Amino acid sequence: MAKPKVAFYWCASCGGCEEAIVDLNEDILKVVELVDIVFWPCAMDFKYQDVRNMKDNEITVAFINGAIRTDEQEEMANLLRKKSQLVIAFGACSHMGGIPGLANFWDKETIFESSYGKDCPSVDNPDNIVPLTISSVPEGELKLPAFHNTVKSLDQVIDVDYYIPGCSPAPYLTMKAIGAILAGELPKKGTVLAPEKSLCDVCERNETKPEKMSLTKIKRISEVIADPEKCFLAEGIICLGPVTIAGCTNEGSGRCITANMPCRGCYGPPPKITDVGVKMISALASIIGLEGEENMSEEEVEQLMSQIEDPAGYFYRFSLPKSLLRRKRMN
Amino acid sequence: MAKIISINPITRLEGHGKIEIFLDDAGNVSNAYLQVPELKGFEQFCVGRPVEELARITTRICGVCPTAHHMCSTKALDAVCNVKPTATALKLRRFIYDAFMAEDHLLHFFFLGGPDFVVGPDAPPGERNILGVIGKVGVEIGKKVIDMRRRIRSIITHLGGRVIHPVCGLPGGVSKGLDEDHRLAFHKIAKESVEFSKFCLQIFNDIVLKNDTYLDLIVGDIFKHETYYMGQVDANNKVDLYDGMIRVIDPTGKEYAKFAGKDYLDHIIEHVEPWTYMKFPYLKNVGWKGFEDGINSGVYRVAPLARLNVSDGMKTPLAQAEYEKMVATLGKPFHHTLAFHWARLIEVMYVCEEMVQLLEDKSITNPDIRNLPKEAPTEGVGVIEAPRGTLIHHYKTDENGLTTNVNLIVATLGNSAAISMSIAKAAKNLIKNGVVNDGLLNMVEMAFRPYDPCLACATHSLPGKMPLIVNIRDRNREIIKSIKRD
Repeated sequence: MAKPKVAFYWCASCGGCEEAIVDLNEDILKVVELVDIVFWPCAMDFKYQDVRNMKDNEITVAFINGAIRTDEQEEMANLLRKKSQLVIAFGACSHMGGIPGLANFWDKETIFESSYGKDCPSVDNPDNIVPLTISSVPEGELKLPAFHNTVKSLDQVIDVDYYIPGCSPAPYLTMKAIGAILAGELPKKGTVLAPEKSLCDVCERNETKPEKMSLTKIKRISEVIADPEKCFLAEGIICLGPVTIAGCTNEGSGRCITANMPCRGCYGPPPKITDVGVKMISALASIIGLEGEENMSEEEVEQLMSQIEDPAGYFYRFSLPKSLLRRKRMN
Repeated sequence: MAKIISINPITRLEGHGKIEIFLDDAGNVSNAYLQVPELKGFEQFCVGRPVEELARITTRICGVCPTAHHMCSTKALDAVCNVKPTATALKLRRFIYDAFMAEDHLLHFFFLGGPDFVVGPDAPPGERNILGVIGKVGVEIGKKVIDMRRRIRSIITHLGGRVIHPVCGLPGGVSKGLDEDHRLAFHKIAKESVEFSKFCLQIFNDIVLKNDTYLDLIVGDIFKHETYYMGQVDANNKVDLYDGMIRVIDPTGKEYAKFAGKDYLDHIIEHVEPWTYMKFPYLKNVGWKGFEDGINSGVYRVAPLARLNVSDGMKTPLAQAEYEKMVATLGKPFHHTLAFHWARLIEVMYVCEEMVQLLEDKSITNPDIRNLPKEAPTEGVGVIEAPRGTLIHHYKTDENGLTTNVNLIVATLGNSAAISMSIAKAAKNLIKNGVVNDGLLNMVEMAFRPYDPCLACATHSLPGKMPLIVNIRDRNREIIKSIKRD
């Protein structure tokens, strides 16, 4: 019997998801025995044409990492969807937009200005040159993919079957997912292939989390020396543990809180939470001591939020494109 | 009829890279362009974030070298908050950084650059990957490579919280200290890594330096460029990756400039082209003369070869001995692009020796890992030598410590003009009268691979083909010939 065919592709990403595959270490040799990797631009012959020549659904599973920012990425996502039985959004950028999704606080022009314009102190660009999709050089014409105004998660562009969360995903999640695919034991379509519990549920600092916390001040991590054993929230330090999947709790997967740094939510929310920001505001409201936060007046909400500088940047660090906000409206 | 040869993608430069080579009517190379078809806009979307969070955001510029961005950002935060890290924190940062540099460079040698030599430039392309290397040096050694990488990375996981996108850096120190048990365990890993470095240098010596064909390739003209070089040195002008002054030498080897990182704007400026999202840094006081070699062109090179060029040697004994051997073999300054591979291994030896030194001093387990900032954040510059060159983060904040301006000079960019030049030169030497053959692919690849264009990652870790396709197109962009690796 022919081995299942697997494809890996990257969109707007950093390469960390590729490193996360290499971090399978010796396990990667097992994977290669079980499947044929038919497409992996960073490791193999890169040809759109090869993928186009494949029959529809010929690829068993495509792992796509990175957010969608350019038309080339969108085109590749569509092509891989057509050729693959399963598409898995791999990593936080593909899952929720990720860190590149923070660009949705601005638009294309502002981003170009900060990179190539007078706002950039190290640029010498008197003619205000910016990259163009088509430009002329003495020898001919050069093309670049168009840069979209808004960063999208993969499922905002194509139909996605499953998600492997994390920035970057812990290797054990990848191995488990590959095992489930090969065994044909996949859960309901749309499932995030990770534990359902929140980081708070399994956090070893949980014991120090009081039933009811009452804080008067939110502290920034740079201003304090955090107690290495105490719940960050109990100390007034913002931690997204209550609203984040405990994907990082396996040995060897790496976890920010083991370095005494609070969670920033890269694994995304557990299944029942639809919007991280809304849930986090409500969690903080109860922590800060505002009773009946669901009945809070606008002023009270504002007063609460004013203690937290850059709430959107904390709560939607990895998920702005997928949030209720999606992007900032530009005038 | 003019033709375009398109290589898409080359191995990644912070995302995606593409090379376009133009042929003239006679079929000779008229020019080559390195295009980066992507921009993420970190400079803009870091604005508004609490500045200390940038150490956890800018890591996502690159998942291959997140530790470089993290440490550079942390150094910028020290400056922004005007706080000096404690003595122990500095040792820990340096130790983490050494571990990172070792695993990153080793990955490049075995997975990316090494196959060119270990398996051979003329070997079938399908064998020129990590498995080909394993085939040549043996499965046991292959497993040893994977295991060494895993264990060195475990150091970063422990101290940094995670190895892909570590989080331990804070203004004034680090968030986690080292206990005695781990000091001992890591000391063992560090000692083994020194032995492993010797083994790598031995492979390089036996397979490359003792082979006249390879040596001719290294010293030959095809892979040579006479440019300025930039890198960080300590007070004795020895290579220093974590801290020091930025030193620049001219193509004759003379010191051209030496400056503190905070003054980078007096020396480095960037050129913008409409055909790529990537910028081209150059020496401000020499000026942009296009993609040119020589003393009148502001193009400079960074990364291992450049660091060895701007320094007077290495701080540790075994690395220094190997450096002296390289000087005796090639002569300084090293303009030989392929010698990046050698320089990279010398740096591996240096960082592994330094890891041992740092761990032999028990004071690295002291509890003083943080100084709290006492002043309101303002503005600061952080500089570090990333695996791929001098990396600069520059932040400004408002009175609440919210970021107002970010400027980044990313390491790989330091070589962006030179990579284009190297590709063009290799192509010009190979493509004559419209004749293009598979050899071109090897040569073109070997022209950019020494720079390690930010893909020390998954590449070549699996059996398969290299990510190269050369399309030869006519004026109508119709493909008239396609060469691929298979």
